[in-house]
Amino acid sequence: MASGNSVMCLLADPEGKPFGNPLYLPQNVGPSELNILVNNLQNNDEKFPYAFYVNDKELLGQLGAYLLENNVSVEQVLKIVCQPQAVFRVRPVTRCSATITGHTEAVLSVSFSPDGQHLASGSGDTTVRFWDLNTQTPLHTCKGHKNWVLCISWSPDGKQLVSGDKDGHISLWDPNDGKANGSPMNGHKKWITSLSWEPSHLQTPSRRFASASKDGDVRIWDSMLRKCVMCLTGHTLAVTCVKWSGEGLIYSSSQDCTIKVWETSQGKLIRELKGHGHWVNTLALSTEYVLRTGPYDYRTYQFSSSDEMKEAALTRYNAAKRDSPERLVSGSDDFTMFLWEPSINKHPKARMTGHQQLVNHVYFSPDGRWIASASFDKSVKLWNGSTGEFVATFRGHVGPVYQISWSADSRLLLSGSKDSTLKIWDMRTRKLREDLPGHADEVFSVDWSPDGKKVASGGKDRVLKLWMA
Amino acid sequence: MFAKKRYAEKAVMKKTLAMHSEKSKRRKVDDNVQEGAIPAYLLDRDETTRAKVLSNTIKQKRKEKAGKWEVPLPKVRPIAEDEMFRVIRSGKRKTKQWKRMVTKATFVGPGFTRKPPKYERFIRPSGLRFTKAHVTHPELKCTFNLDIIGVKKNPNGPMYTSLGVMTKGTVIEVNVSELGLVTPAGKVVWGKYAQVTNNPENDGCINAVLLV
Repeated sequence: MASGNSVMCLLADPEGKPFGNPLYLPQNVGPSELNILVNNLQNNDEKFPYAFYVNDKELLGQLGAYLLENNVSVEQVLKIVCQPQAVFRVRPVTRCSATITGHTEAVLSVSFSPDGQHLASGSGDTTVRFWDLNTQTPLHTCKGHKNWVLCISWSPDGKQLVSGDKDGHISLWDPNDGKANGSPMNGHKKWITSLSWEPSHLQTPSRRFASASKDGDVRIWDSMLRKCVMCLTGHTLAVTCVKWSGEGLIYSSSQDCTIKVWETSQGKLIRELKGHGHWVNTLALSTEYVLRTGPYDYRTYQFSSSDEMKEAALTRYNAAKRDSPERLVSGSDDFTMFLWEPSINKHPKARMTGHQQLVNHVYFSPDGRWIASASFDKSVKLWNGSTGEFVATFRGHVGPVYQISWSADSRLLLSGSKDSTLKIWDMRTRKLREDLPGHADEVFSVDWSPDGKKVASGGKDRVLKLWMA
Repeated sequence: MFAKKRYAEKAVMKKTLAMHSEKSKRRKVDDNVQEGAIPAYLLDRDETTRAKVLSNTIKQKRKEKAGKWEVPLPKVRPIAEDEMFRVIRSGKRKTKQWKRMVTKATFVGPGFTRKPPKYERFIRPSGLRFTKAHVTHPELKCTFNLDIIGVKKNPNGPMYTSLGVMTKGTVIEVNVSELGLVTPAGKVVWGKYAQVTNNPENDGCINAVLLV
């Protein structure tokens, strides 16, 4: 049958723009042949791997088999969406390579530096500790806070670490020798809930960062001058999360059910995003991973000058953002999430419902395709990153899921929960890939290193666990 | 009258002066760092602390070998047979007295079918059969309504254990899957032992305390 042998196909990119004219493809092509075809069409110098989707379902076998299974008519033009995937592949971690004690109280936050060379953790025993990744032992113990260290954040150039505590004091630390850069900075009256640095493509070396607190303000600090430059007030209740976007805006979410958009030169309120019915717990930006890792990617870790770093950060940022505006997703206590395009519109783009308990943490995948949400209803849900449509649910945890983290190639998702286990979920099969038990008590914080080699997790049992493949 | 007004003014002035001097005075900050550190996203939430993971399995294995378990009620009142059973007379002239009816709470299990009535010696009335128990966690001090899986040991004797009689001090096994406990190896715990703490035949319900 002549018509059964070839199909009219139109290859398109994730935003919908076609790569060329529709062409006839024989039915026995599979993903590998399509890969070669698309790379030739795009005239790519490097061969990128692609994933192909027809009607939002991934094409895994031959085209003909797919058509038979789904009874797709061959008379219409078949639209195949080609998603570029990361060139490098991260292997899932399977074993706990080290359990490092050191903290005398629960570990509250764990974070890898953007270049993946340093690991820092903040704890309820008021210290920030740096850990050596090569020997898997403690490196420095930084004393200076007088109360629990609630959040830590690395600057995108990897040169500084800032930590906020339960009294509202903020300290800066140098990762190489573990010394504080001066005494703690005061300003907030209640505890710090979130910290976020200015992206490195806007300024290198990193100077400014924003802090959110329970007292309802967001303050912008300068790390060189060591003082508060601006104070953005407006929220009536605690600010739960603050994010500095790549477009130079600051987004802050609060318990008063709103999200406010601020501009950073004068500290004026630009927009207010209303829609949630209860506390907004968490925010995530589509370019968040790129902003966090700054100029570093899996190839280069050394830069000769700050201008070079700024340029590298800018190219990475533009590649991740493509042409569409930045998207923001917010998770709330009202069991739903909203997808916004805050620089354009104050109305949400999509409302993502489905969770049965409050949403604690949302995170865009590094390539911006997926949104993952962790909720207290023991499940992790996967949503489409551009439209907000629901894709899959990952069930397996027996306790509320606290934090999630993506691997750098967006193929694996890690979740840590109150039931003391970490679980790795595969994006291709949409199933559980690895189960990582071992913690004796709740897991409060997880992080995947940007080079994809290690995972660090800390929790109530006071030990830091390093996992490797 | 003016004296009173002036007195009131002086008092207010003294108070404000004291407040101002307090601000400039340097006071030693006492570090009261509380226990039980929780991350920022849990700070405003009033969550009950959940049960800790099962304690060391080696300790448990050692205990099992010794056959001795620490239970909250080590001693129970011994129950006589004529208190536990009531004699049922049967037969045409009601002279046969070999049947007994249990007068205490029992658990029979989901797949239970009676023996043929002519031959059953021990009758467990359905009104005294229970499937759920109110189990209290000793550390969290909260009570859950959990399904009973089986009767492990009745201290009054092995015959009562095999009949499934639950009196005060009986160790039963309950279904704890809704508590979300996980072993150190990562497996989900779904059954745990609990000890009955009340007299179910007097109260109409079974109250037990979880053995952690």
